[in-house]
Amino acid sequence: MSILDPNSDAKNTLKIASLVEAEEAFLAKARTNANSVYFSQHPIEPAQPVKGEPAKGVDPLQRPHNRRHFLASVAVLASSSVAGRAIAQTAPSPDGKAPPGAVWRSVPEDATKIPGVAIGEDGGYGTRSQFETEVRWRFGTKTPLSSWSMTPLEHGVGIITPSGLHFERDHGGIATIDPATHRLFVHGMVKQPKKFSMSDVKRFPSISRILFIECSGNGLTEWSKPTLKTVQGTHGLVSTSEWTGVPLSTILNEVGVKSGAKWLLVEGGDSSVMTRSIPIDKAMKDCFLAYGQNGEAIRPEQGYPLRLIAPGYEGNTHIKWVRRIELSDKPFMTREETSKYTDLLPNGKAVQFSLIMDAKSVITRPSGEMTLSGPGFYEITGLAWSGRGRIKRVDVSTDGGRTWRSAGLQGPILPICQTRFRFPWVWDGKEAILQSRCVDETGYVQPTLGQLIEVRGLNGPIGSIYHLNAIQSWKVDTEGRVSNVHYY
Amino acid sequence: MSTTTKLFLQVTACGALFALNTYAVSADPTRYGFGEPASANDLQDFVSSLPDGRDLPAGSGTISRGKQVYDEKCASCHGQKLEGGIGDRLIGGRGTLVNNDPKKAPVKTVESYWPYATTLFDYIKRAMPFYMPGSLTNDEVYSVTGYILSEANILNGDEPITATSLSKVAMPNRNGFIPDHRPDHFKPADKHPRLR
Ligand code: HEC
Repeated sequence: MSILDPNSDAKNTLKIASLVEAEEAFLAKARTNANSVYFSQHPIEPAQPVKGEPAKGVDPLQRPHNRRHFLASVAVLASSSVAGRAIAQTAPSPDGKAPPGAVWRSVPEDATKIPGVAIGEDGGYGTRSQFETEVRWRFGTKTPLSSWSMTPLEHGVGIITPSGLHFERDHGGIATIDPATHRLFVHGMVKQPKKFSMSDVKRFPSISRILFIECSGNGLTEWSKPTLKTVQGTHGLVSTSEWTGVPLSTILNEVGVKSGAKWLLVEGGDSSVMTRSIPIDKAMKDCFLAYGQNGEAIRPEQGYPLRLIAPGYEGNTHIKWVRRIELSDKPFMTREETSKYTDLLPNGKAVQFSLIMDAKSVITRPSGEMTLSGPGFYEITGLAWSGRGRIKRVDVSTDGGRTWRSAGLQGPILPICQTRFRFPWVWDGKEAILQSRCVDETGYVQPTLGQLIEVRGLNGPIGSIYHLNAIQSWKVDTEGRVSNVHYY
Repeated sequence: MSTTTKLFLQVTACGALFALNTYAVSADPTRYGFGEPASANDLQDFVSSLPDGRDLPAGSGTISRGKQVYDEKCASCHGQKLEGGIGDRLIGGRGTLVNNDPKKAPVKTVESYWPYATTLFDYIKRAMPFYMPGSLTNDEVYSVTGYILSEANILNGDEPITATSLSKVAMPNRNGFIPDHRPDHFKPADKHPRLR
């Protein structure tokens, strides 16, 4: 079922094709929405399928000169509020329906001439603006019960992902669990097996950390050729939240670890009863069981009421809906750590327990499918992160990696957390290839795709599938159109 | 010093440590006494398995019984011939793992890729059939596990399928896995990049 397990060429192509389709459907809608970074005042036919050089073959004469994408649309809204409002009024919801997470309200001609919405009208829980429409979109698998949805990184500002936009990967749907009856069992090689209610769990001293989680399958469509068009498609399986919960060391101390215990099985209470083995050293060092996300209870699709956070490890290890922990002397060799989440090399050997997410960065604006409105100033911005610690440096190149200059990093720069970088750029109207390259505090340098493939090989169209952390290239053509290319 | 004061002091000391170290959470030596002992009864329905067969539940099955279970409860999604459908393909693919061709996908199945037969029991027991997970008895799971392994030409005969027998199965790709050797060391690269 999963794209992560290509069984034949035909099936493989089919799966990727349906991802491309999902993205195209999303883009078609976004191009007509004034607040989308992909907005076009004169929507055009979808661009040519992305090959080596996606922009080629598009007749420039057929392209409207005045396409208002990206920064152009922002400028319109800012400089001309009347025009901005006129667009906004009709664009997001001609049928009076609000986007997900919003409530539709009629828009007055002039908000200074009529009272606004009564306080408390929202029932006491706020919603986002009806003009904000970005959503996660899902890979169209045959069953929506095992699938994933991606974070719209191109819309993000700062480093925190709104909880409702945090990427998700579920193997048996999203479990609905009543915290009042939920129990956490801890047993195996322990002195006293125990069970904890959620109120027990919340009585322990708590910690909070702002951390990224990245699925190790992030970017899997991009190994052998540029496939998806937007940064949401190529990089949207990474998000950042503030997580709050109880250190696993506290819980383990409570049950008493027997000597010889080396691994923990962590098990979810969803219908896939997801399991992964975690080394006990990692558990004692910095893992925790989170019940909070961005200041409130963790979202259902993120594992409500309890999720394992294993800082810097691949997303699949961050078991959601945790109901059980079993200690053992050996790893359990579950399906997810054998059949999946192992990196098959061309020599037929697969790397197992490749748990840590290496350093990676990507430019989120400008990125694929946006259009620069003309020569002039643009702020290049994006995100960098490393599962091994803090980001030390991010360099940006506008000439495809020939020359590099360092970008400004927005503090706080936290370990195992996304760091926003910014780079001022004056576009001269000529073709440009935009890239970012990060270095983390261990000195690890983000590789080019060529360097990564040298080490990992290409065993099939989606290579070794997992852990693609190569430098991303966005090509800006002379008309300002940005597209996903391989350039190394 | 009363117990409460002692607990308070220990907790305060830990708090100070947390603040200093954002990487590791320092082990908290306090026992809080929250939660309750879990009894054997509480734990009896949980299933997990180690490759040596420990932790697998009691029970046994046969390949022929497994065929019945498969046809009835699995074939609709994994195919009459285990060739795959909504669910993954389960057999075939031996000899496709060594492959340097970006155009040709390796075929990873229980037969060609999975290193341990115990994992098959464990996964079916916890997660299959997809719409009714946890509905099979242990004997049914031993049986259908045996059937899949026999269709994969890994097992045959009338021997009962049990925890012990599964731990002894030599899976074809048993030695196909290597430990993580990363981090790799990359130098800032290439003076002559180009479009590919
Ligand atoms: C309704 C469809 C459906 C039925 C019925 C079903 N499965 Fe599955 N099966 C799936 C899906 C979907 C997956 C992939 C789940 C995921 O994405 O994690 C899967 C995965 C598997 C896998 C893992 C394959 C791999 O390579 O990782 C095995 C083994 C399996 N099923 C065995 C069975 C058995 C045995 C039965 C019958 C008792 C069964 N399934 C019934 C849909 C089904």
